[in-house]
Amino acid sequence: MQLIYEKCRGRRAVTFDALDVPEVKLPEALLREKPAELPEVSELDVVRHFTHLSKRNVGVDSHFYPLGSCTMKYNPKMAEAVAAYPGFAWLHPHLSTVPEYQAKCQGALALVYELERLLAEIAGMKASCIQPIAGAHGELTGVLLIAAYHRDRGNTHKDTIIVPDSAHGTNPASAAIAGYKVLQVPSNAQGLVDVEKFKEALNDRVAGVMLTCPNTHGLFESNIREIAELAHSVDALLYYDGANLNAIIGQCRPGDLGFDVMHYNLHKTFGTPHGMGGPGSGPVGVGERLLPYLPGPRVVKHEDRYALEMPEKSIGRIAAFFGNFLIAVRAFAYILHLGDEGLRDVSRMAVLNANYILARLKGAYKPAYPGTCMHECVFTASPQAAQGVHALDIAKALIDCGFHPPTIYFPLTVKECLMIEPTETENKETLDAFCDAMLEIAKLVETNPDSLHAAPVTTPVGRLDEVKAAKELNCAKLQ
Amino acid sequence: MNPSELRYTEDHEWIGREGDVYVVGITDFAQDQLGDITFIELPAVGRAVKKHEETAAVESVKAAGDVYAPVAGTVTAVNEALEREPELVNQDPFGKGWFFKLGDVDAAQLEELMDAAAYTKFLETCGD
Amino acid sequence: MSWIPATETERRSMLDTVGAASLEDLFASIPAALRMQSWDVPPGRSEMAVSEYLGRLSVKNDVCSVNFLGGGYYDHFIPAAVDALISRSEFYTAYTPYQPECSQGTLQAIYEYQTALCRLTDLEFANASLYDGGTAVFEAATMSMRVTRREKVVVHESLNPVYRKMLETHAANLGVEIVSGENPEGAACVIVQNPSFLGTVRDFTNLAAQCHAAGALLVVSFYPVSLGMIKTPGAMGADIAVAEGQSLGQPLGFGGPYLGIMTTRKECVRKMPGRIVGQTVDAEGRRGFVLTLQAREQHIRREKAMSNICSNQALCALRALVHLSLLGKAGLQEVATACHSKAEYLKKKLGFAQIVNDGPTFNEFAVRLPKKAGEAAAKLLAKGFLAGLPLASVGAGQDNDLLIAVTEKRTREELDAFAAALEEASCN
Repeated sequence: MQLIYEKCRGRRAVTFDALDVPEVKLPEALLREKPAELPEVSELDVVRHFTHLSKRNVGVDSHFYPLGSCTMKYNPKMAEAVAAYPGFAWLHPHLSTVPEYQAKCQGALALVYELERLLAEIAGMKASCIQPIAGAHGELTGVLLIAAYHRDRGNTHKDTIIVPDSAHGTNPASAAIAGYKVLQVPSNAQGLVDVEKFKEALNDRVAGVMLTCPNTHGLFESNIREIAELAHSVDALLYYDGANLNAIIGQCRPGDLGFDVMHYNLHKTFGTPHGMGGPGSGPVGVGERLLPYLPGPRVVKHEDRYALEMPEKSIGRIAAFFGNFLIAVRAFAYILHLGDEGLRDVSRMAVLNANYILARLKGAYKPAYPGTCMHECVFTASPQAAQGVHALDIAKALIDCGFHPPTIYFPLTVKECLMIEPTETENKETLDAFCDAMLEIAKLVETNPDSLHAAPVTTPVGRLDEVKAAKELNCAKLQ
Repeated sequence: MNPSELRYTEDHEWIGREGDVYVVGITDFAQDQLGDITFIELPAVGRAVKKHEETAAVESVKAAGDVYAPVAGTVTAVNEALEREPELVNQDPFGKGWFFKLGDVDAAQLEELMDAAAYTKFLETCGD
Repeated sequence: MSWIPATETERRSMLDTVGAASLEDLFASIPAALRMQSWDVPPGRSEMAVSEYLGRLSVKNDVCSVNFLGGGYYDHFIPAAVDALISRSEFYTAYTPYQPECSQGTLQAIYEYQTALCRLTDLEFANASLYDGGTAVFEAATMSMRVTRREKVVVHESLNPVYRKMLETHAANLGVEIVSGENPEGAACVIVQNPSFLGTVRDFTNLAAQCHAAGALLVVSFYPVSLGMIKTPGAMGADIAVAEGQSLGQPLGFGGPYLGIMTTRKECVRKMPGRIVGQTVDAEGRRGFVLTLQAREQHIRREKAMSNICSNQALCALRALVHLSLLGKAGLQEVATACHSKAEYLKKKLGFAQIVNDGPTFNEFAVRLPKKAGEAAAKLLAKGFLAGLPLASVGAGQDNDLLIAVTEKRTREELDAFAAALEEASCN
């Protein structure tokens, strides 16, 4: 398919009325030499181009998308509709900056206030802040909060953050970006944090411990209280990576488990779209210890009026305003619609759906760890790899069967990993069709492995040469 | 196989004597683990490095790694051909795929490193 | 419950397959003492009720006043086709294109976005987006530190004060020295903004040369719409250009989602944060696009990654691309010309106030009023105008200073009426 730049014929899409004031230019020396070579196409050219591009994509609306760790649940249309209300979508953020203007954005400030309260309550935290723009930004914010706590207490010797080997890559990266050394602790044979190894790693230099719970093996860290007590015994704070909150929402709360700080992924747990890579939203929640340091300014309520305040010990602004506000609007609508019982049912069905897939597939694929799982099931394709069919081949074959593949080769602790997260919004027929396809592929591994190496064959392009891309680095059509 | 005249580290670098200087590269095992190598970042000539200091970096499509100085010394030369043809490391890791040369090396330091037999045994513990 | 489709019968049958007696059994790995008892979450309400409630909240917000408020975020026209195309769920319900064969729509769109931003800034490489303008400044600072192996960052007075605060918050624990001024000696970079926060347009070509002579990088924070007219970061010799992308087709949305833009030179691309799309071919030679240079990123390099960024603002980048495609080469110039010409027209009408800027401006300028800017703004609000940003509210000026932005959407009648109203409010 052509690039839009290859469709230029000197046409126009949008035009403007003639200027109603005299035309003025800046001094010559401040002008650009020649105009940027942007597309010169008609409106229909643009509409067709991007409509055709969209058809070269699969999304949750068209395909089952069991991408582990990403919680690709259905994105409700109601949430899209309310986020498009002009009173939200067209609202200038600096209305909140200027005291004289704040009366003109009370509805939006009320929404921020209420959502932050609900998010805190859902996770058993004291307060939350919706400024962080994505999950990893929430992680960074959380680690900066931990750093502020230790600075305030004079814990200048603390320079290390512990993460398990099964952690998302963002955890060690966020700790490092925030200025900490990273110490990795191994998982045990059951797929949980090895508590003995954790004890060995823990010392007075440890500022914090970042955990995902359930972890990326899809397993609940049942020793979590012991881990929390051990961490707190050296004044290290416990961070909850909220990527997997969908598994436990309404069943148990990170704050009650002993976590001091966390981030939420509104685009995972609270049904907001993933937008082909973003925008997501990564609010932070904090317990008592970190409450004074939350990013500011904070929305506060004075009787029936909302205003902004910068708390004395706040780490300051992590975003210019309220992060991805329109994503927060969607999450607010999601929470209000599902409510108490609905949110509890989210985790029940997310976990049942994952266990259903585990039960149907465990005869043909080897589970990475024994027992039931939480919201995602993790397999190793090592037995298939021994027959020449790798996790990658299975993923590509699934595309030809009409499914988006699961996450592969993550977590790094499981060889030839297939990580399947169905979410609660999928029906049984879809899960059955996916399992049937997986079982069919398992048979092909025995009977016709070569057919799997050719997959996918139903897509606009086949497997692409990534080495060529990395060596040639053609990342833009420059003029 | 791992040449017997070289010494090896647990990070899969090799080092060998060439006149007054010592040549450093990564082993066949290392290149095989990385897969198709797409980019190599080399140190500046003249840079003094400590033992185990990050001295070069290597990237493939799916992985990235640092190359550490097996011993302390000063970088006297780098393999500029790798900037154009990083695949030389995949094709000939112990030969044309060398990374850099070190001078001012205390030869005694090499005794602390593994010989080919020890390294080959070490690889058995690395799995795949 | 809507959105969760399983019936009671299906739940029963799936539990049987799993071999569990009840849903409760599936949570047996959570110690009983840790299970939640109650929470203060209200019962669910219907779609109709929730939509109504949010509708009532939304109308408490003022989006009808005639808008002269900018400060980095502008009320530009967005063609209808942008929303129509962004609403295609093949885009917005997909995620990061980890499987390129079924994500060519996303990947080609990002490649085209990268192309547009490279052409706009006269630089060679762009990433697939960062979070916003302020975090892009932080990422440019740490990128400069990686390129130069230095730990000092110099911030020019032109930079948006909110970006500066965000930089300080993000870098608080990194041991980075952040100083004001423009002296590049010993610095990883000098960060400037053009037009400045107060709207002044400068040429930083000489500063770029001074930076390079001192072994430092020049980072230019730019305003995308202004590049329909003014000299580009690339032409000035900038090494990294960053921007708040809101002005490219993103609704104001009370602060987001927007996107952070970053472009750079080839020599620096391997130190750039964020995802990058590259062109390649499949086995049959068909052109295709993939995520490339992934070895820089957190999922491979973990604590040694160039950044922790994972989710970005890709859909906003698509918005920017569609918006730029609809405006086209001529349209962007026309928008920039209209913004500048209308701002100059208004400036001439404000003779009663003193212009604060010390040089030419693009579409935004600061005036010193005869009275407090906040008081004048409050009076104008009552007449249906959002008068601008009183600079004291962001710690960037005196009590009487007001920052006024003019976009292509303002008509001559609005400009005339606003000038008269502002004169009346600030002189009486």
